[in-house]
Amino acid sequence: MSAGLLATSPGGDVLVAAIVVPVIGILLLWLVRPRAVEWVALAALLANLGVAVAVLRTVSSSAAPVAYLIGGWQPPLGLALRADGIAAVFMAMAATVLVPVAIYARGAFGAPGERRPMVFWTMLLAITAALNLIFCGQDLFNLYVALELLTFAAVPLVSLDGSRETLKAALRYLVFALAGSVLYLLGVAIIYGAYGTLDLIGLASIRGPDGALLLAIGVMTAGLAAKTALFPLHLWLPPAHAGAPPAASAVLSALVVKGSFFIALRLWFDLLPPERAVAGSTLLGVFGAAAVIIGSAMALRQARLKLLVAYSTVAQLGYLFLVFPLGLGSGAAPFESTAWTAGALQLMAHAFAKAAMFMAAGLVYEAIGHDRIAEFRGLGRIAPLTVLTMTLASISLMGLPPSGGFSAKWLMLTAAFGEGAWWWVLVIAAGGLLAAGYVFRILVPAFTPPEEPIARVKPVVVRREAAALALAVIAILIGFLPLAPWPLLAIGRIAAGAP
Amino acid sequence: MSLAPLDAATLYGLMGAILVGLGLYGVVLLGGFLRRLLAFNLLGGGVFILFGVVARRGAGAGFGGDPVPQALVITGIVVAFCATALAITLIERLTEEDGDDPSGGGS
Amino acid sequence: MMGLVLDGGIALLTIGIAAWTIRAGDDFAAVVGFVAYGLVLTLAWTRLGAYDVALTEAAIGGGATGVILMRAGARVKPAPAARASRRARIIVGALSAAVAAGLSAIVLLPPQPAPSLALEVREHLASTGLGNPIGGVLMAYRAADTFLETVVVLLALFGVWSLGRDAHWGGRPGPALRPAEGGALPLFARVLVPAGIVIGIYIVWVGADAPGGKFQGATLLAAMAILAGMAGLVQAPATAGRRLRWLLAAGPIVFVGIGLAGIPLAGAFLAYPPGFEKPLILVIEVALTVSLAAMLALIVAGPTERAP
Repeated sequence: MSAGLLATSPGGDVLVAAIVVPVIGILLLWLVRPRAVEWVALAALLANLGVAVAVLRTVSSSAAPVAYLIGGWQPPLGLALRADGIAAVFMAMAATVLVPVAIYARGAFGAPGERRPMVFWTMLLAITAALNLIFCGQDLFNLYVALELLTFAAVPLVSLDGSRETLKAALRYLVFALAGSVLYLLGVAIIYGAYGTLDLIGLASIRGPDGALLLAIGVMTAGLAAKTALFPLHLWLPPAHAGAPPAASAVLSALVVKGSFFIALRLWFDLLPPERAVAGSTLLGVFGAAAVIIGSAMALRQARLKLLVAYSTVAQLGYLFLVFPLGLGSGAAPFESTAWTAGALQLMAHAFAKAAMFMAAGLVYEAIGHDRIAEFRGLGRIAPLTVLTMTLASISLMGLPPSGGFSAKWLMLTAAFGEGAWWWVLVIAAGGLLAAGYVFRILVPAFTPPEEPIARVKPVVVRREAAALALAVIAILIGFLPLAPWPLLAIGRIAAGAP
Repeated sequence: MSLAPLDAATLYGLMGAILVGLGLYGVVLLGGFLRRLLAFNLLGGGVFILFGVVARRGAGAGFGGDPVPQALVITGIVVAFCATALAITLIERLTEEDGDDPSGGGS
Repeated sequence: MMGLVLDGGIALLTIGIAAWTIRAGDDFAAVVGFVAYGLVLTLAWTRLGAYDVALTEAAIGGGATGVILMRAGARVKPAPAARASRRARIIVGALSAAVAAGLSAIVLLPPQPAPSLALEVREHLASTGLGNPIGGVLMAYRAADTFLETVVVLLALFGVWSLGRDAHWGGRPGPALRPAEGGALPLFARVLVPAGIVIGIYIVWVGADAPGGKFQGATLLAAMAILAGMAGLVQAPATAGRRLRWLLAAGPIVFVGIGLAGIPLAGAFLAYPPGFEKPLILVIEVALTVSLAAMLALIVAGPTERAP
């Protein structure tokens, strides 16, 4: 595979639509009458789902990546979009999460056209565009612009309430995110200086195991880890994700942190020569393991549901980083490995389960006027659908069968056993036990009959409960997919074709 | 690989490297959000200069520098300004909310 | 040799100012240090022969950033002098020094010959109709970056607006203006603003063939709007105004419209039909300049502080 021999595939226009549809949605939001705002956003997200499904179908039916040359210019001069198997799967996943979130959020922010709904829908569409670009971007600087778009969309969501705590959480998040961006950009400068191209395919064909590439990937990974809240750079996440309104928390925890993780995945699996990856990937695995243990332990100690769910995100993101040592250490083609599929499953199962969990937490808060776990007795009586949602999502987070979380952790264990890496086995098992501990802290009181009837502040809207439930059900359904590496996830991987 | 000639590009390249180091130190260690934001901008200035050095060394085809990294820097400067403006507005709003502990410090 | 001494001097001065900004005792001094840093950096860019970047750094990196930082430096109370522990300083210092050392090594041992896309840029520049290669990169080869960057600026503005209070949503940014009676500022503004607008438009116009372009020109236009506002000549617009919203959206709409038209007419998104490259690029540049100037001026003006 040599540099610059890319051509626009038949049907490649869908990749342009993936970027342009949400952007046009944003512009329209500010031009239409206030009453139409929510409908424009919903229409844009539904259209986006259609586009994502079209990309996935094209990739899976042709068993080849979809590519598009913007402006007809070949890289390295021009910019290309390219959806390989994993990009198509993740695009479809994100689009699927976003629609129930939008259904849940409709009407949740007061009169349309006011500050909170306008900001929420604008930023939701911006996150959609940014994620699509991150999944199918091929140029490292183009990906930088996408990362910044993601940051600028995520930060105002954190401070949507405007309280002092959320403003502070948003500012702390912004500082971490900006430090992360500038480190990423530093890596881009080093790579352009060394190779004169920023195109991932071009780079994969000319990269060497030289110091410049190692330093670049080192600083970029540090920056992306800060944006992904990898331990020990996770301190910004719990206040930010717990302080945002539930619909926003769902998107931030389920999708936004995965954007920066995905770019790290690309750098390590597409650019880094495998023989140079072993030591660094072990280090990432150690940080991931620490995140699993410490994040879960912190979740066990939280008194409030939203903070518990946010710390659970820290832990669940930790699992993702185990993919680096397990996938790169297997020696064989990493994209056909069990660990690669395990990582993709973990990312998706967590996205669905965590979005459902945050949305359920928001419904609990509305129903009883607080989210103090100690006072959840009798919750099952007054919000049965919401408690069912939390139960299903918890099954996936703990990794009990059948669920996406179970499949992901099972495949991860298989990979770890296969490599004789028992220490990762211990981490995965301990993380599952701790997760069981923190979810039972929620579920046990919720299912306990109350001594006296629990006060219902506001009736919950069934449409919103159903939206959260749908996400939790998907998290369970992922567990019915075959427990084996997916060929789809190996389609079109760059390094697979490189020597 | 041989040592770079002592020219403007090399001098500014070393300057950029040192600016990155200084900025990194400030971003991580300084107390107060405003000071961290300034350090972020110092760091950004260093990164942009490194792009400029790459551009200078890539001079050719009748251009005084490779136009691609220069265009990237122009985009980058605009993005960095937007980031700074957003952060400043947050800092000012936080000051408004709470007069006692405006910069918050913290990590 | 003289040039090298000058470059060395500028480099040392820049590093000195940066170190001083990091170490400065109070926030306002640090802000002043940073503005000076922007100025010497502009010098460095001209010495590197990157005049387009120098203009951008002067207008945005130093100018516009300096304005908002000065405002914050005056408004934000000084931070508590929370000094990091000695151990933290040693660890972070060592890590930062290691990164600087690694970068220095890369600077000192560059690949030979230096990789560059200058040749490719030159080869295709004629087909874009532009004379300024950086314009070619921004408007043709990497037009998608430029388009998305405009969206980023727009989102930054919405992010700034999102930080206003609910009661002020849709209102005007900034405090109500006192009618500026006498004083030098209104007079100064009356003279400077028209001149600045002319220069701003000129910078955009020459950007096709010489250093300049929409970002630099738009910043100058934004600066004139802010100056006129400070002098009390104009009032910041209400953010709910329909005309304002169309003004902000015009640039991105024209850009994406011409970009999409490229699919049937020129075979790809953001491709220009042969023979119409330069006029189409100019149309986009003009629309973008107007929208960007409005976005930048409103970003500097800050969130709404008055009810509609």
